[in-house]
Amino acid sequence: MSPARPAAAGASANRPSRLRRLLTGRPQLPGALRGLPAGRGAVLLAATALTLTACGSGPEAAGAAGEPQPGGTLVFAVSSDQGCADPQQVGSNDSIYSLRQVVDSLTDQDPETGEIVPWLATEWSSNDDATAWTFTLREGATFSDGTPVDAAAVKANFDRVPDIGARGTLPKGYLAGYAGTDVTSPTEFTVRFEQPNVQFLQGTSTHSLGLLSPASAAGTDEERCAGVIGSGPFTLESYVKDDITVLAKRTGYDWGSSLFTRPGEAYLDRAEFRVVPESGVRSGSLQSGEIDAIASVGQQDEAPLTAAGVELVARPNPGIPFGITFNHETPLGADPAVREAVSRGIDRDELVTTVYPSQTVKATSSLSSTTPGYADQSALVDYDPAAATAALDAAGWVPGPDGIRAKDGRPLTLPLTFAQNIATAKPSLELIQQQLRRIGIDLQLREVQISETPVVQQDGDFVALWGNLTRADPDILRSQYWTGGNNYYRFPPSPLDDALAGQAAATDEAQRAELAGTAQRLLAEGNHNVPVVELTTVLGVGPTAHDVAFDASSRIQLHDTWKSG
Amino acid sequence: MTVPYLLRRLGLAVVVLWAAWTVSFVVLYLLPGDPVATMAAGGGDGEQLSPAELDELRARYGLDQPLIVQYVTKLLAAVQGDLGTSFATGQGVRSAIAEALPPTLQMAGAGLLVAIVGGTALAVAATWTRRPWLRQVLAGLPSLAVSLPVFWVGLMLVQLFSFRLGWLPSVGDRGFAALVLPAITLGLPTGALIAQVLAKSLSQTLEASFVTTARAKGVGPAAVHLRHALGNAVIPALTVLGYVVGNVLAGSVVVETVFTRPGLGRLTVASVGVQDIPVVQGVVLFAALAFVVVNLIVDLAYPLLDPRVAVTGVVR
Repeated sequence: MSPARPAAAGASANRPSRLRRLLTGRPQLPGALRGLPAGRGAVLLAATALTLTACGSGPEAAGAAGEPQPGGTLVFAVSSDQGCADPQQVGSNDSIYSLRQVVDSLTDQDPETGEIVPWLATEWSSNDDATAWTFTLREGATFSDGTPVDAAAVKANFDRVPDIGARGTLPKGYLAGYAGTDVTSPTEFTVRFEQPNVQFLQGTSTHSLGLLSPASAAGTDEERCAGVIGSGPFTLESYVKDDITVLAKRTGYDWGSSLFTRPGEAYLDRAEFRVVPESGVRSGSLQSGEIDAIASVGQQDEAPLTAAGVELVARPNPGIPFGITFNHETPLGADPAVREAVSRGIDRDELVTTVYPSQTVKATSSLSSTTPGYADQSALVDYDPAAATAALDAAGWVPGPDGIRAKDGRPLTLPLTFAQNIATAKPSLELIQQQLRRIGIDLQLREVQISETPVVQQDGDFVALWGNLTRADPDILRSQYWTGGNNYYRFPPSPLDDALAGQAAATDEAQRAELAGTAQRLLAEGNHNVPVVELTTVLGVGPTAHDVAFDASSRIQLHDTWKSG
Repeated sequence: MTVPYLLRRLGLAVVVLWAAWTVSFVVLYLLPGDPVATMAAGGGDGEQLSPAELDELRARYGLDQPLIVQYVTKLLAAVQGDLGTSFATGQGVRSAIAEALPPTLQMAGAGLLVAIVGGTALAVAATWTRRPWLRQVLAGLPSLAVSLPVFWVGLMLVQLFSFRLGWLPSVGDRGFAALVLPAITLGLPTGALIAQVLAKSLSQTLEASFVTTARAKGVGPAAVHLRHALGNAVIPALTVLGYVVGNVLAGSVVVETVFTRPGLGRLTVASVGVQDIPVVQGVVLFAALAFVVVNLIVDLAYPLLDPRVAVTGVVR
């Protein structure tokens, strides 16, 4: 994920221009380097079996490759490295792709239904108010250092999570309000929370709560970043920061997720994840067969890759799609007519076809379509310039001589703050700027560095903010839009709070989905958040690699992956 | 070579290092953005730390102190060789640089070799030939090479030799074959610079009277060109060596990215991206040190190459 790229007229120009910018600074080290962090929000990737067949335009469709065969090394190129080899301490997809393979989770999540299914835990239940979760573990699983995967090991992992430093925000969020784990037998334990925590269950299916051996879990943050021991289908053979992560098959592995296509060991002997920051080199090496699969395929690489027999697989990331959220403490952000006009004035179809990879879809709700609990709001969230102008007219925003609307002598100039966390950000916003100009809104783009965005949010120093967040659980809405939380968007208290807080405590699936649906409807009705496009990152898989499986969070699982030839 | 001269040069070196450190400190700490918030964001999504937790982290890294206090504390530590620890990884800055250095040195060494051998050969060829058109072409090559952007040259080389012809690896392999393209990419602009300076100085030297004398004594053209003239003409080229080393270090940023090699350049890019101030400052300090040391060595080497140059305590 390799964000913070400079402006580019189109996505096609982004890589060279980044390098150009590296160069045109003074040729001394620091000045030349406004670069690309392993970025926050540089959320990328992937595909389910479902979308895989849907987009199977590549030459080798399912059956053509023959029977899966064991052996071989998969070489996978990612664009960045977070500098840490501990799955509990990484958040960028480029790091998750490799580290996900090293650990098992208590549960797994079905990418098609969003359902939580058994992995290390065979069954689980919560008490009525979701403050205590009891799990039963399967027997026989071991970490690669030989210690058993038992209740005590789970407790060692969870007890350590609150002490993880700044890099541990993901697992800490899943364990919010953690009060302790009670071990009742080697295979049974109860996790207690101070307040209801329904989203914890989905959290147990993520890499962030993937289990480390007790010896590994006890290490310092830094020791763990150098490498960890898990119970996953692969072991971490070596990790060199910013260079390569090598995984080796765990022999004797026999406790896979119920979603894996077969029990037992993985097919691949080894998997190498190389950090290749330059996108032209990534796609070139894939075309020449030097590597087997790449992450972060841009629109400009699609045609040459497809021509070389590379299969492009994609899946919208779950969570909050890319969109605009208003600061409700600013006059413009608090004006419902302005918010409605922005939402109705954006032609999402034009945007998707112009700027994004071909498998991208427009957003239709404040959750993306692959998120459990997603409720389609396309009746409210769609392009309708007539409704946009009507709303502005009714609120007294009248067109001025230059076409920009004004009210009481104040022009409708709307500053939008964004960080170039993926290459498509700036081209998208420039197009949106033109679209909103047509209905009389003067959108001013204000670019900040990715590192600045948390500060901008905290200080409320914005009128509207562009961004997205990945998580395969509707609770992501609460973390952003609930007035009882950080409330970075300064929402006033409203019935939305009840829906958001309600879903966080609803132990009944159906009731929870209904509350999440209500929250999405309220967000769409008030246009508090203007969803624009679902982040879809595309993975390129070469002709000899098969069955790269995608999990519910749009990240990969290599247990079923195999190589031919 | 006198002791006062050496002391004076060393004093100047210390001033240069201090200035580099101070300027980088000021620039980095005045940048908008908050390294702690960046660190807390962790490159991921989801829950963020509360302001109280952020303050706690700031306190841990001493970032809550007034800027001047931070400056003095960190400068004193740096003087004692303690460059601090990385915000992003918690690794010591010195060990992070020590880890990144060998691959960069290897590549920079190969690049310098390409530059020196290629640049010298080109300069000699351009002054050797009697054909005016060939002389024009050869003398024009360095300007062309200097104007080519490094990243473009790198990408073109990878496209041709790795993807089309498949002769050399583009990613992965760390052997000799993987060193060829980066060395050429890195050596091209530097070699062109050397060729430019050397060709000019060579053609001037060839007109000097001692060359005429040598010719009159019956020394062969090759011996005149290579032994008599080149030895004298190399001094101005040596002067740019400090600049060349700086160039190679800066070039490693781009070349390491294009050729997917670990090293100092990649460390710098990554650290700047996440505002990992201690590491960036460490790299700046290292680059300044390399620059100062190379220049000192070059100055001390003059009298060895040319007895007419006497190093004295007088600095004009």
